[in-house]
Amino acid sequence: MSILVNKDTRLLVQGITGNEGLFHTTQMVAYGTNVVAGVTPGKGGEWVLEGKVPVFDSVKIAVDATEANAAVIFVPARFAPDAMFEAADAGIPLIVCITEGIPVQDMMRVRNYLDQKKVRLVGPNCPGLLTPGEAKVGIIPGNIAIPGNVGVVSRSGTLTYEVLYAMKNVGMGASTCVGIGGDPVNGTNFIDVLQMFEHDPQTEKVVMIGEIGGTDEEKAAEFIANKMTKPVVSFIAGQTAPPGKRMGHAGAIIEGGAGTASDKIAALTAAGVRVAKHPEEIPSLLK
Amino acid sequence: MKLHEYQSKQLFSKYGVPIPKGRVAATASEAKQIAEELGGRVVIKSQVLVGGRGKAGGIKVAKDPNEAETLATHILAMTIKGLPVRKVLVDEAADIAQEIYLGITNDRAAKKPIIMASAAGGVDIEEVAATTPEKIVKIHVDPLLGLRDYQARDIAAFIDLPRDYWRDFGRIANGLWQAYLANDATLAEINPLVITRDKRLVALDGKMLIDDNALFRHSDLAEMRDLDEEAPAETEARKYGLSFIKLDGNIGCMVNGAGLAMTSMDILKLFGGEPANFLDIGGGAGAEKVAAAMRIILSDPNVKAVLYNIFGGITRCDEVARGILAAMEEVKPKVPMVVRLVGTNAEEGRQLLADANMITAETLADAAQKAVAAAQAA
Repeated sequence: MSILVNKDTRLLVQGITGNEGLFHTTQMVAYGTNVVAGVTPGKGGEWVLEGKVPVFDSVKIAVDATEANAAVIFVPARFAPDAMFEAADAGIPLIVCITEGIPVQDMMRVRNYLDQKKVRLVGPNCPGLLTPGEAKVGIIPGNIAIPGNVGVVSRSGTLTYEVLYAMKNVGMGASTCVGIGGDPVNGTNFIDVLQMFEHDPQTEKVVMIGEIGGTDEEKAAEFIANKMTKPVVSFIAGQTAPPGKRMGHAGAIIEGGAGTASDKIAALTAAGVRVAKHPEEIPSLLK
Repeated sequence: MKLHEYQSKQLFSKYGVPIPKGRVAATASEAKQIAEELGGRVVIKSQVLVGGRGKAGGIKVAKDPNEAETLATHILAMTIKGLPVRKVLVDEAADIAQEIYLGITNDRAAKKPIIMASAAGGVDIEEVAATTPEKIVKIHVDPLLGLRDYQARDIAAFIDLPRDYWRDFGRIANGLWQAYLANDATLAEINPLVITRDKRLVALDGKMLIDDNALFRHSDLAEMRDLDEEAPAETEARKYGLSFIKLDGNIGCMVNGAGLAMTSMDILKLFGGEPANFLDIGGGAGAEKVAAAMRIILSDPNVKAVLYNIFGGITRCDEVARGILAAMEEVKPKVPMVVRLVGTNAEEGRQLLADANMITAETLADAAQKAVAAAQAA
């Protein structure tokens, strides 16, 4: 078992003929992910990856033809909201949006619309999902993680890679790694994923990687204290970040005194979570 | 991106929000001329992108054009919270009967815009929120429906606005909503919205923050950015699509990914060092971008050592190595550099840098400790 993606995932790639879309589709297929279709409006009828993956003009047409049950989005920020609406309207239950830089007002409209449809959105501005040995949906390098029993959830990309890699170096594997993304308004939050890990029989322990901005880590701490039986280890990035400055991610900003790393660490510690001083310390806290 | 008061008010005015007559001036003589045109008492308001201008003495009332010139001379010579005053707004003075707060921002937890109002306007709203939260009304706006008229009436009723003003208040609330929506604002705020003694509602002060991610569809707003108000290195970084923030330490950092960049700063501090900057070169950065990043880092005279921490995913370590070599050729850095390359094409990257006289590291902790030691030895 694992969460969200596995061997039964039938993946559709939106923006498959673009530079990034094509590169990462190649990587996902090489990893063993079942990529059943691509969508690029105007390029329906073409094939990519030496005739392995058919391209369709719309998500609806692609779903009708291939029964895709998950979509990953690689289209540029100005078109990504439309891509998310389109995937939701075509009835795809899991949408993973990798795209970075989507305006927050667009994301509020997307999120409020998708909530009416009971669609799970992961991201945007995220590295996607990886169930080691089964499927990779997004851009997490496949070779930095091995299968195992640790669930990983994170707001960051390369920082997550550090943690997976440090775990692999001591022979520790992951059940599923979920990158929820660094934007202030996204589809899936820590609590959603913690709940899934709590119910997943393969997952025995959880790593939660947070950062400054917002209050999702504090809410997650409350959930962990009240609802979780599995041990959780954490790391919070941005302890030295100055207030009022957006630290790369649109969501990583200390505003009006809220969202500091020290508040988050205090909340997590109080909930019984062991918080690492730096990411490479995580494997030893998991032992 | 922050807009100045005068820019925000001009935008509000476009959407039907009444603002005082006035113009912006860069010199005291211009200020005097504007005061002559307006006639009567005027307010001279420093235009800097920080709060607390009034408390700092950057807002003064002048009774005539001569006093306007004197006060403008004084204010234009001021520095407020480290920012030199380069412009003043000269507005007609209002006779204030009451001050109201009205603002729209994004509630990230609720994933919806939120409109807030209070009869206790004119002061720092965060202070009101902290001390007397019951004096603020907050209503979420459905982003798919927009602000509805009944919501504006609910607000007017909560703040005990006399009914005579409800129609105008509704127009102002809707105008503010339109300004927020059309300009991709993350904050659109009128503080204070005043009732004048001659019974008009006027937005005396305005503040807007614009979503940087949305600037691709607002070239007019992008041009309003006041480059005088930010560090030149940050302007330069934006040109290359780099995310850069200057800090006070002495160890320069170049990292791919925002979370990892923050972590690299944190870990330097953990081992007794002080980061000189936050710098995320982003995903898939090529040699040219890396070279620009290095020039920006080394333009800071405080930098005594540089830490390169690259975890290759989309970013290829060999590309980064080529950028480092190209920039070293050009800049001829004299400070020690610690480099850690992991992931995609890391081996090729390391080979390229083998002759570059750089300190190499395997783990993040190792890299941070070596960078701290190098900076302390310098």
